[in-house]
Amino acid sequence: QSQYSVILFSFQQRIEIHKLRQGDNLILGFSIGGGIDQDPTQNPFSEDKTDKGIYVTRVTEGGPAEVAGLQIGDKIMQVNGWDMTMVTHDQARKRLTKRNEEVVRLLVTRQSLQKAVQQSMMS
Amino acid sequence: QDDNWGETTTVVTGTSEHSISHDDLSRIAKDMEESARLGCWRHVGASLAGALALLSFLTPLAFVLLPQLLWREELEPCGTPCEGLFLSVAFKLLILLLGSWALFFRRPAAALPRVFVFRALLMVLVLLLVLSYWLFYGVRVLEARERRYGAVVQYAASLVDALLFVHYLAVLLLELRQLQPQFTLKAVRSADGASRFYNVGHLSIQRAAVWILENYYQDFPVYNPALLNLPKSVLAKKMSGFKVYSLGEGELPPASPSPPRPRPLRVPLGPHHQPHQPMCHHGVPLGPRCHPPVPPPCPARLVVAVEEAFTHIKRLQEEEQKNPREIMDPREAAQAIFASMARAMQKYLRTTKQQPYHTMESILQHLEFCITHDMTPKVRAGLGPRGNRRYLSAGPTIQYHKERWLAKQWTLVSEEPVTNGLRDGVVFVLKRQDFSLVVSAKKLPFLKLSEEFVDPKSHKFVMRLQSETSV
Repeated sequence: QSQYSVILFSFQQRIEIHKLRQGDNLILGFSIGGGIDQDPTQNPFSEDKTDKGIYVTRVTEGGPAEVAGLQIGDKIMQVNGWDMTMVTHDQARKRLTKRNEEVVRLLVTRQSLQKAVQQSMMS
Repeated sequence: QDDNWGETTTVVTGTSEHSISHDDLSRIAKDMEESARLGCWRHVGASLAGALALLSFLTPLAFVLLPQLLWREELEPCGTPCEGLFLSVAFKLLILLLGSWALFFRRPAAALPRVFVFRALLMVLVLLLVLSYWLFYGVRVLEARERRYGAVVQYAASLVDALLFVHYLAVLLLELRQLQPQFTLKAVRSADGASRFYNVGHLSIQRAAVWILENYYQDFPVYNPALLNLPKSVLAKKMSGFKVYSLGEGELPPASPSPPRPRPLRVPLGPHHQPHQPMCHHGVPLGPRCHPPVPPPCPARLVVAVEEAFTHIKRLQEEEQKNPREIMDPREAAQAIFASMARAMQKYLRTTKQQPYHTMESILQHLEFCITHDMTPKVRAGLGPRGNRRYLSAGPTIQYHKERWLAKQWTLVSEEPVTNGLRDGVVFVLKRQDFSLVVSAKKLPFLKLSEEFVDPKSHKFVMRLQSETSV
């Protein structure tokens, strides 16, 4: 009898963004695309073209997201504990722009991260 | 003494009362000779055609009647076939008559400079046909005293058939061939650049010119020199720099050592003769005449004046009883109202520089027209939608009174003989005194249509959303 223990590597990163106040709005400084109501084949950042998750499409220079380390092409898995892998585009937007939250904690995954871990495992 | 006086002196000449310009001379001579020639030629052509038509119409009748008149006793009696032939000849002649009336007896729209080739061709054809029939008739029937009357009537009937076919050919050549569009003609007016495109079929250059002119009167806004913003002295006399002098005995000082230099008079040269004058921003040379462009006047005042004027009259209903002295016909009603809106209208026309185009008579006629047909004040003031802006902007030339059309005499200038057909790249010019129409022809492209079958079941759709939101 052999026991196999599987160690699951999660290629994920936690990013904490402090929202910036601009007038009456709190902004994060990036743009999102994707959602279960969107067309996944048009997503330039996803490796799997059936992936309907939320991706970061643009990061404004010098904004709070860039400062916190968010990069373009990141897939957002969770926001403050809320799941973002099976949400519509509008639901995602609402979860990111809640007026009473000044800090959002994102769980993101990145292809470059995956590749880095794979390469280090092989060598 | 300066021997090279002739070569080295420049003399600025002006006009004096003893000189007329070269243009005037040539124009006078040309007018005189042309009007004589064209009028004559038109009548000769028409009378020739008429005589030929009459001849060809009477020939079958002559063929049928001559044997009866000349050798009645010797003729064999001819029963039913003859009667059938008589009927058919009679009806075909009637149809030919009506057809000729429809096709040929129309007032020609224009006097063409050269012979209309197709018409001449048809006339020659008819002449040949009739002559050859007469020839055979003379030999076979008259000389031989043909006794079979049936054959003679059949001969006459065959001539009528041939004439009908010639008429059919005439319809094809004169009317139908040019219907399918083959060329696009671009007509540009040289004075202000207004241009239009027309599609025509196979036409000769002169016929295409007539077509263009017919559409010109309808499509092009009337040529208004006053709107060109040039000083009046320039517009009044457009002359070339070439003058004709009459030198009398007493004008030249005898044996003068220095060349006679007439003082330069004020010469009304065209704008291209003053290249060094500083130009105003809209092309008028600086000076006392340069003024900033005037914004177009608002027509609201005119409409109000017209509306007020029209509240004073109303249509007489049948049941109303009125004093006979008070009842007016449209003409008098128009005159009555005109007085109250005359001032507003005059002011408006003066500011838009349309004064020369609307005489009082034409305005009264327009008012009469509107009153008779119960039009709204906007139409009366000439402010309808784009097509009916009678007084607001220059309308097509044909809506103005006859004398104001400013000449129906056009000159066709062309490098090729004008009876040649249109080809790709042909350019000809229709000249008039103050401007000209440059017409260029381009062949319409040969269209290649291919087919593609679309299955109705193949129309299926999915939602394609890809929005990007910034947070």
